[in-house]
Amino acid sequence: MSTTNPANETAEMSAIVLEQAERLFRGEITKERLEAADGGAWPAELWAAIEENGLTLAMVPEAAGGVGLPAADALKLLRLSGYHTLPLPLAETMVGAALWAEASGEAVGGPLAIGPTAPGEQLLIAKSGSDWKLAGTLTRIPWAAQSAHALLHARDAAGAGYLVLLPQGSGRIEPRANIGKEARDTLMLDGVVVPAAAVRPAPAACREGMLAAGALVRTQQMVGAMERALDYALAYVMERKQFGRELAKFQAIQQQLAEVAGLYAISSAAADGAREAWGRPGFEMSVALAKARVGEAVNRLTDVCHQVHGAMGYTQELPLHFATRRLWAWREEFGNETHWQRRIGEWACANGGEALWRALAENRFE
Amino acid sequence: MEAFQFDVPALPADALEAERRVREFLARERAAGTYQPHLSSWNTHDAEFSRRAGRAGLVAVGFPKEYGGQGWSMLARYVIAREMLANGAPCFAHWIAERQSGPQILRHGSERARKLILPKICAGECTFGIGMSEPDSGSDLAAVRTRAVRQGDDWVINGSKIWTSNAHNAHYLIALVRTSEADGKNRHVGLTQFVIDMAKPGVKVRPIYNLAGGHEFNEVHFNDYVVPDDMRVGELGAGWDMVTGELAFERSGPDRFLSDYRLMVELIDRVGTKPDAYQAVEIGRLVSHLSALTRMGTSIAGMLTAGKSPQVEAALLKDVGNVFERELPEVARRIAPVQPAPDDAGARYSETLSHIVQHAPSYTLRGGTREILRGVIARALGLR
Repeated sequence: MSTTNPANETAEMSAIVLEQAERLFRGEITKERLEAADGGAWPAELWAAIEENGLTLAMVPEAAGGVGLPAADALKLLRLSGYHTLPLPLAETMVGAALWAEASGEAVGGPLAIGPTAPGEQLLIAKSGSDWKLAGTLTRIPWAAQSAHALLHARDAAGAGYLVLLPQGSGRIEPRANIGKEARDTLMLDGVVVPAAAVRPAPAACREGMLAAGALVRTQQMVGAMERALDYALAYVMERKQFGRELAKFQAIQQQLAEVAGLYAISSAAADGAREAWGRPGFEMSVALAKARVGEAVNRLTDVCHQVHGAMGYTQELPLHFATRRLWAWREEFGNETHWQRRIGEWACANGGEALWRALAENRFE
Repeated sequence: MEAFQFDVPALPADALEAERRVREFLARERAAGTYQPHLSSWNTHDAEFSRRAGRAGLVAVGFPKEYGGQGWSMLARYVIAREMLANGAPCFAHWIAERQSGPQILRHGSERARKLILPKICAGECTFGIGMSEPDSGSDLAAVRTRAVRQGDDWVINGSKIWTSNAHNAHYLIALVRTSEADGKNRHVGLTQFVIDMAKPGVKVRPIYNLAGGHEFNEVHFNDYVVPDDMRVGELGAGWDMVTGELAFERSGPDRFLSDYRLMVELIDRVGTKPDAYQAVEIGRLVSHLSALTRMGTSIAGMLTAGKSPQVEAALLKDVGNVFERELPEVARRIAPVQPAPDDAGARYSETLSHIVQHAPSYTLRGGTREILRGVIARALGLR
């Protein structure tokens, strides 16, 4: 039966891809590899394995040459990648490829960088004969130097939004990094000319810019990394003894970890809301709600996870920092919680108090 | 770590019908001005309102038809509950009966108890109280000392209960009492639940006024109160497992994050359509919490519908839900300052804030304190 029902077939396919990814990440993302990545190494073999498994094209429809998983399933891959602190741009490539496929009908190979990543940054675009010309500098673009293409949102003088697929080597690149030691480069693009085939009107999910699509993938990675930090903390308090008993036996420790388990749970629910909103009306507001909720939880959650590790958690001896440094970086990227909270608040106030409930109950934030 | 999953089910047909019906009902009630949304909530007692809700087919919709219900899903019940809360409806006269006492009687009560009580609950005419806590037994529920002694076909109860919300309006309580000694190793044995008919002799109610002067709590004293054995709920000595199961119902509902929802409405309207940056950020923050809490609530109702017993998920929801409820008045007073006064007639925001500030301390106590809930969560995490 299951092979004849398309819904079951899709669910089976999703489960297989997720299981393969889990196995790959668990086996390949070692402490040594993470340390090497912190030092700037690009784990090329791991990237090749990720592409081979079809993860980068998970969200791209089969008709465009992708794997064609439902977005809500495909995005679970990013939660896994966050859990394992994958030091590669799977999130950017996955969502970038999906956006470009929607805009152009074609799949594009990775790795992909996406941007802009900061509120207020803007790439300008103008017609130049049959080509287009760019103007602007974008900062903190993930792995721009290592990526085959950068997929950037740009605006013309009339305010219309476009996607620009920029090959490696366009403009000038200045390598930089975030506090997760992930590449976050500066792209200087004044005067760069791109052919018409590489410029498309921006599809709905990024009409207003790249922030919503980027925030969507960051929230998935963040709840994954939160779960990992909690796992590290739980394992540590059950093993470490002080005053003759495990730290886990102290009520003060139990209460703190229970509190942040609650924060993880509510963050996870919020991230699911965004995951399921891809391609639906109100997508941007759903992402806003998720990035705001998840971003806010990071401080207390990492605070407690570090506190229970004592001084050891503040060192490179234990792996906790791979998760927490990334959380501290990711919460700022594609708009931090203040940015998104403000958007939500303005939306809620514009609609008035009585209107809010319907949106909450029906999960429709249009 | 156990990965807490809060998948949100699509609403089944009965829940959609319930939503349509409850919205229609509430629109009528509000248009007629039958209650003050900004000053009431699920713990506001209004017997007439509950009766009208019962007549509209909105109370205990999950009970089987033979007992007056509609055989609807827990999701239908959840949808009705959250719409009531979002509209500040005064539901207390039927709330406890519908939420936990009725379901216990349905599952574990005698046929006579079911026939006698459940149809009245469905009609919105039956008020219940919870007889769990005692003067020396609050969070430490296994320490109850109220005792029932067998006498022929009856039991004779002596002892006291405390914090019994609405006992002065209640037709019945379900009381947790000791029917045999705890053994040295297991304090949870020897506890049994009985339905107490408040109209019978041998039970006295003494009010305890809350800090705002309101009468919600009571002390209930039993003096040779006689209850027939067929008003026992569940097996002899099975009381502990039953109350822990009951607490999953008590903790998992929208009443753990929407108690002060009307303040959210009043706050947004007070701030107006053009908030400054500070106001927008704080309101946005609250909405981001509410939206995730609503998903969790729907998810748990789905688990209950599927026959699961999501005790840990319920504790998680109550914990994070209560944090939100407690934080809301604090955020409100900072972003929309007012000197809140209970007598600010016509100034709804001020009245609501005054009401909520004084009642907020109860949110993290009732239905299990924050500390007890975190203990439940810690156990699920493997820490104890």
